[in-house]
Amino acid sequence: MRIVVQEPPFDLGAEAAAFATGRRDMGAIVTFSGVVRDDPAKPLRQMVIEHYPGMTERALHKIAAEAQARWSLGDVLVIHRFGAMHPGEMIMMVATAAKHRKDAFEAAEYLMDYLKSRAPFWKKELAADGESWVAARDEDEDALSRW
Amino acid sequence: MIDVLYFAWVRERIGLPREQVETRATTVAELVEELRAREERYALAFADLKALRVAVDQDLTDFDAPLAGAREVAFFPPMTGG
Repeated sequence: MRIVVQEPPFDLGAEAAAFATGRRDMGAIVTFSGVVRDDPAKPLRQMVIEHYPGMTERALHKIAAEAQARWSLGDVLVIHRFGAMHPGEMIMMVATAAKHRKDAFEAAEYLMDYLKSRAPFWKKELAADGESWVAARDEDEDALSRW
Repeated sequence: MIDVLYFAWVRERIGLPREQVETRATTVAELVEELRAREERYALAFADLKALRVAVDQDLTDFDAPLAGAREVAFFPPMTGG
């Protein structure tokens, strides 16, 4: 398991390649990456992500360990950034390795669902008309009930 | 003495990222009552507890949680990671 919380950008291709390298017993690697999304109707200047140093790492470890307990995984990677980023920049990625794709896909979805509402990150959007904290969506909370 | 941390709009409303608080509160809810009574900005930040989440010593918990032995309490809005 590797958990990284960092401010600078990361290289999705290099991280995915390094994660997949040398795993002869793993038939499935799933990666997901979250990107800062622009809205043509309300152009986004920047997204700023705040987090809770210490608790963030702790929460991510807990979520990843739970995924490893539930599915048969060879490895788990979570990278999540904080600080200021522009539309099109990567915010975060998860990668899962498993013998078969079902475990890899489901574990990646589980990680994403829990990361959204149980890891202490808060997104603020800076647009031309001002700044606002992104509100948590009920669907994100509801998504946890399926696990 | 307990460290109290604020994040996102809670931090902005109170105007501080963290502070040390001398308290006799035995639960998170009692600590919230003490903070609310301090000043208008605290009362505003804690106006609707349903809009807030709390962590004690970096573990998510609820407002009934005991504070015995706690070193750090954090208040923040629902998280928006991912």
